[in-house]
Amino acid sequence: MKDLNDMANKKQKQKKTIARDYIIMAAVMIAAAAALLVFPDKSGPVLNISKDYLIELAIIFPAIIVIIGLFSVWVSKETVVKYIGKSSGVKGIIFAIILGVLPTGPLYIAFPMAAALLKKGAKISNIIIFISAWACIKLPQELVEIQFLGIGFTLLRLALTVIFVVLMGIIIEKIIVFTDRKKIGVDKNA
Amino acid sequence: MLDFIKSYLTVIIINLIALILLLFSAVRSKSKTIKSLKIALKTFFRIFPTIIIIVVFIGFLLGFLPPEIISAVVGDQAGFLGVLTAAVLGSVLFIPALISFPLAASLLKGGASIMSVAAFITTLTMVGVVTLPLELREMGKKITILRNIFSFIFAVIIALIMGAIL
Repeated sequence: MKDLNDMANKKQKQKKTIARDYIIMAAVMIAAAAALLVFPDKSGPVLNISKDYLIELAIIFPAIIVIIGLFSVWVSKETVVKYIGKSSGVKGIIFAIILGVLPTGPLYIAFPMAAALLKKGAKISNIIIFISAWACIKLPQELVEIQFLGIGFTLLRLALTVIFVVLMGIIIEKIIVFTDRKKIGVDKNA
Repeated sequence: MLDFIKSYLTVIIINLIALILLLFSAVRSKSKTIKSLKIALKTFFRIFPTIIIIVVFIGFLLGFLPPEIISAVVGDQAGFLGVLTAAVLGSVLFIPALISFPLAASLLKGGASIMSVAAFITTLTMVGVVTLPLELREMGKKITILRNIFSFIFAVIIALIMGAIL
């Protein structure tokens, strides 16, 4: 019941945010039009640049959101939880990255999933890797990165990100395990 | 024709991937495919205002700010300080990653360094000041703080390595 309430709340909140975004968009467009009226000599270049970027986005965006939609339906939350929860070692790391990379939804649904996994006893390092991969190497957004920044830039940044995300997962797990052990030790002495 | 294919190779590949996945999905399950398309449409309406705002912003950024200014703040002359500035901006701003790449490309065109752009994109996605409350509530204080601090540091390191290589 509480979950249902939570979901209804979240939906309403989302609707509000979307309405707010449209209002901001309208305000920005009015402000932009006003600014261009004040500086008419700039309106040519500004409109041209905006038009170019808009076109470049328009020719890939429908495809990107279709990919996002397909994955969020075909790869369920349950699948993700199942695979990350029970795998460990190198396999665990690879699963955490792959399942994070698949376009299954926005970051705010990854946190509750990660929290649930932690409670179930999944490795902290895998959870950190999972959230970070989810946040920064989503498949559709990488396609957009290739389009705008080039394949060389994208691949190099991806490779480095994967390396450092894994490193970060392992370091944070060590820190947390170390400090937790110390705390338990203190409690025993007291 | 060949020139067209060459300059639009990425676009063609992305659209082909979407088309193939869509066909594959339609063959397997009609209802799931329709559901996917509904989600796609919803995603579009959710992200549309942000696209327009960013596109207008890019127009003004490149149309008004001379490259010297962008370059002085986040360009090669700005050096490490420029990378830090970009990393902080990326941490604080909340721009959907999908839309951040055209913005990053425009900055690059406008005189920003590769290092700064890499730092900006990486902190934008990895460090989330806006999603911090949610992360705190779900993941606890310790993991959240450690993850965001390490993400910031590693983003800067990633940017420096990229600057050195590219």
